[in-house]
Order: sequence, then structure tokens, then C-alpha cells
Amino acid sequence: MKLCFFHLMPYQHLPQDFEKQYHSVWVDPPNSLFDPEKGHLLYNDFLDEMEFAEEMGFDGLCVNEHHNNAYGLMPSPNLMASAMIRRTSKAAIIVLGNSLALYNPPVRVAEEFAMLDVLSGGRFIAGFPLGTSQDTIFGYGQVPVTLREKYYEAHDLVIKAWTEREPFSFNGKYTQLRYVNIWPRPYQQPHPPIWVPGSGSLETWDWTIDHDYVYCYLSYSGYKVGKTVLDGFWEEMERREKPFNPYHAGFLQLVVVSETDAQVEEYKDSIEYFFKKGLHVPSGFGNPPGYRSQRSIQSGVSAQIVDARRDQLTNATWEDYIKAGNVIAGGPETVREELAHAIRELRVGNLMLLLQFGDMPKHLALKNTELFAREVMPYVRDIWSEYETRWWPKKLMEPEKVL
Amino acid sequence: MAVETLITSLRGGDFQAEVLRGGSGPPLMYLHGAIGQKGWDPFLDRLAEEFTVYAPFIPGYSGSTGLEHLDDVFDLTLYHLELMDALGLDWAHLVGHFLGGMIAIDIAATAPRSVGRMVLVAPAGLWRDEAPVADFLALNAAELEQVLWADGHSPGAVDVEAAERAPELLLPERVQDLTAAGKFLWPIPDRGLKRRAYRIKAPTLILWGEQDRFAPPVYARDFARLIKGSEVELMPDAGHLLMLEQPDAFTGFVSNFLKG
Repeated sequence: MKLCFFHLMPYQHLPQDFEKQYHSVWVDPPNSLFDPEKGHLLYNDFLDEMEFAEEMGFDGLCVNEHHNNAYGLMPSPNLMASAMIRRTSKAAIIVLGNSLALYNPPVRVAEEFAMLDVLSGGRFIAGFPLGTSQDTIFGYGQVPVTLREKYYEAHDLVIKAWTEREPFSFNGKYTQLRYVNIWPRPYQQPHPPIWVPGSGSLETWDWTIDHDYVYCYLSYSGYKVGKTVLDGFWEEMERREKPFNPYHAGFLQLVVVSETDAQVEEYKDSIEYFFKKGLHVPSGFGNPPGYRSQRSIQSGVSAQIVDARRDQLTNATWEDYIKAGNVIAGGPETVREELAHAIRELRVGNLMLLLQFGDMPKHLALKNTELFAREVMPYVRDIWSEYETRWWPKKLMEPEKVL
Repeated sequence: MAVETLITSLRGGDFQAEVLRGGSGPPLMYLHGAIGQKGWDPFLDRLAEEFTVYAPFIPGYSGSTGLEHLDDVFDLTLYHLELMDALGLDWAHLVGHFLGGMIAIDIAATAPRSVGRMVLVAPAGLWRDEAPVADFLALNAAELEQVLWADGHSPGAVDVEAAERAPELLLPERVQDLTAAGKFLWPIPDRGLKRRAYRIKAPTLILWGEQDRFAPPVYARDFARLIKGSEVELMPDAGHLLMLEQPDAFTGFVSNFLKG
């Protein structure tokens, strides 16, 4: 298993009645609600939490990109990756990722990711999401029906920029450049491993499989709903006669660990803050016409996700979220069992653990991280040990070279 | 009224245009708005008493294909000029609603001699920060229906049949329609027609529902300033779908103006 620590860097001081008073946590929550002095403390606490996760033995540290968003304060995850690289040495630095179609020109992503790869000495993993509709369509004004085509073109440009050793020109539909010639070029050859976060679109499965990238399903629905998406991915792999390798897929899961099952109530407020405030997003922002193809809409996978999310936002309590598998919670024994079960059900080799979420205070986030590392990690670490990952920085796979 | 559905192939099959045609008299091309047209609506039937009405579906709507070959508003304008050629129309009166109004303006600015007289019905194409057009991509069907009609519309005040049909117009299957609109109107519908409108020669009427909560009537003045000699009429007790809400008053304004 590759066990990665994932941070969203949420704003933790939304008003008590936020979900009643405001339209959405994403796209249009007024930034008058953001207190920069509190934000300063949050960013630094969050970076401490990520560095602590490396100390505790997590294989990778993940950050991602969101815009206009109060549950994810990273319009540029690259900045956080850069800060982490200077304070870590063993963990993979995983940016999940940069939404390629938002960068003009997209060689900016090739450049910044190459910088991070060189700075980290080849510990970097590059994430290329299409991007959520909230970030891309509503936050960054992209046209829904052409977003995917623009994303594919940007991807082709980035890969070429990483792999060509001579300046070249690029005459695309969305980007035209006379001289593409990035300095620096990536540390890893031919380029860093590529992971593609997706949300169940059939086109993303096809494209990820075509390019032999890792497919990551990053949702907050938990493994029970997540299984419908990953089953779809694995079926598509099988249909196309690709050999099974659990490291071909990744999944994000919320987990809280306490000394005993009864004690997990200490995470009650964080769980409710996360689901009730953090996921307070009206349905209209989730699926604007043209964002998903007719084919994906008809497949029904996305409809199930939307339904699952709507259910989360009704009157569920923290215990309901645990029952539904949104959060795996309990004492060490319970979490070990349920997490091992989830990993085998999902057949994933890359697990991204959201151990800090909502308004979880730093001392609880550190406790959760430490308990997970000591009490759970050793029991799931060897699942899939018969497989090898092709999607991990090579340097980190040769123990003698690790500092 | 006998109505035909014409299927016309353009550019070697890149486009199939579905066009409704009915009536007799001078040619009138009606260009529908962002949520499309259900079919041969009653207001088209009334206009067809005095005009030969052509009501094409814009590419991406109903049976009209080829949206993927249209990258921008200029492509869309040329497409419509080619469609007029294919229909054998040297000229036509244009009546355009919202997205269709924006297309009509660009046709009239690009090829002034192809347009007789023009009625712009709550056209898209300009932007005011303080009076934004509704965010049709973010509104769900129920929310959209709320802003499409006049305030407090009642079965007595509006076309009952049209009011009942609105939810159907907005069924999820019809997301394809808004997909096409998103390509030309999102994120801001200002695609530069203000730089081209000076070329318009066609006598123009700007017609707006006084209670349009989708595209605020304040834009009527802005279009009037851009199009020299244009007239403005605000229809009372009418919202964004004025042609469905008040078909009699609507066709009265349109036909009187087009007849000069």
C-alpha cells in the first residue's frame, strides 16, 4: 500500500449558521468571512500537520487546487508543495493537481511542476484533473462544452514540453506558442508519475487508461459509494484487457482514530462541520449543462454521486456519516478492520487519508495522524505487497538512496 | 396552419439544420433563445398569417447538429448566413430572442443587406455588473422557471398552456440546449457586438418584458444607444418568455413593426 496524507486546508471559522445564511461554501461565499489573521495561523498549522505526517511515516503528502472555496484554501497547491519540499525529505510530494485548462499558457504547469520536481530531487507526483465545475466553470469562467478538449490539448502540450529537448512550436486550438522551451525540465525522466483525479466520467476513465496514468477517485462519499465508481473503472480496465494492478487507482477516505470506539465522539464537531458547512454546495454548481457528456450522464454513475451528496446534506448526524462509510471511525481495532475491508473492496493501492478535516483543531489532527500511523498503518501496509507500483517516484523506491 | 420541418445539410454534412417553416408573405426568420423552442409555438402561428416564418433550431438544439464546428460568435454568424442562402433567402426580417437576438444583431452587422427589419426580443450580448443576466448554468430547472416568467403570473394573466409546459421545456434531457448556449454566452455574454453594431442598417425594434427577471430590461436602453434609430417597447406584465406569456400583444408589436 501507498498511504498518503491528504490535506484540503479548510477555513475553520465559518459562522455557526453558515449553511443556513449563505448560498454556498464554494463559488460565491463572500470573502468577508475570511479573517486573514486566522488564515495565517491556519496555513502554518496545516503545514505543521503535513510535516508531522511525514515524520509519522506516511508515504506521500497530497495537496489539491480549489478556487472560490472556503473548505479548501489552496488556489495554488504548488505554493504549499514548495513549502513542504523544503521541510521534508522522505515523502512523495503529490499535487492533485493543477487543472490544466485553467492555465494560460498551460506551459506554466509544465514549468512549475518541473521546478517542484527538481527542488524535491525527484520526489514529485503530478496530478492533472479536468477540475470540478465549481472551480473551472464557475470560478474560472471556462466554457463547459469545450473544457475537456482544452484540457486534453493542454496535457499534450505539457507532456511535450517535458520530453522535448529542443525548442518547438505549438499550434493548438486553445494555445499557440512560437517557442516552447521550458527551463528547468523535470528531474524524473521522462517526467514525474501522473495521477488523474476524476469523479466518475467515462471519458476520464478512457483517457486515463489510454495514457496508463493512475485514476484517483477523490470524493467525500466514503468507500461504500466510491465502490460504484471504482468498480466501473476496474470493469473498464478488464474490458480493455489491461492487467490488474491496484496501484493503477487511488481513493480518498476520511478516517478518525481514537483510543476506543466510544471515544471517537471527540471528532463529532469536525465531522459535522465538514459535511454540513464544508459540503454546502447547491446542486446547480455541480453539473452545469455541457460539463458532463450525455454519455456520462446516461451512465448514471454521476447521478449516484449527486444523490449520495444530497443525502449527506440533509439532517444527518456525525454518527450517520460514520454508518454510511463517509468516515471510517473507531478505536484502532475497528479502523484496521474496516479500512482493510475498504481497501480490498475498492482494490486500490494508493490510499489518500483525510485525517484533518472540517474545523478539527490541531491537537486532534496530530493525535489522529499519530494514532493512525502507529495503530493502523502497520496492519494495512502489506496489502497488495505482491504488486509493484509503476506510478511512484523511482528514487523513493530504492531504500538505500533515501536520506 | 400547415407547418413543414425542413432538414438542410450545410458544408458537406458538417451541419444538419432543422428548420420549421409555415405561412406566407415576406420572409421572417425567428431565432430562439437559450432554452430553445419546443416547436411551432402559437406566436409563430400568428406571425405566419402575415409572413413566411422560418424558425431554425440553432446548432446543438433539437435536430440541428454541428455545434462542435462553431468556435465563436463569428462562426455562428457565418453559419446563419449560409443557412439563409441554403433556404433561398436573399433577405429576411429577423426576430431574435435572447441568444437568438444576439445572433440577429451580428447577422445584421455583418451582412446589412441580408436583413429587412429586425425585432430584438430581450437580446443577449451586453453586460452590466450591477444588473447581471441570470446565471442559467447554475440555476436548476425549478430555479430557472422562477425567473423566466413575470412576477406573480397567474393562469388568468398568462398563456396557461405555455406556463404548464415550462417545466417540460427544462427537463434534464434538454441540458443539451443549455450546453450550446453556454458556448456562446458563458461566462459573460458580451462577445464584442458593441464594436460591430454600428454597421446595422435594418430598422430595429427592441422589445422587452417589463418584468423580465432573467435579462433585466435596463439593457433595452443600452441596445437602443448602440443601434442608431432603434425603438424600444417595454411590454407590461411580461417576463423573459414574453412571446409565450402574451402571444397576442407580442405578435401585435412584432407584426406592426415589421410591416413598417
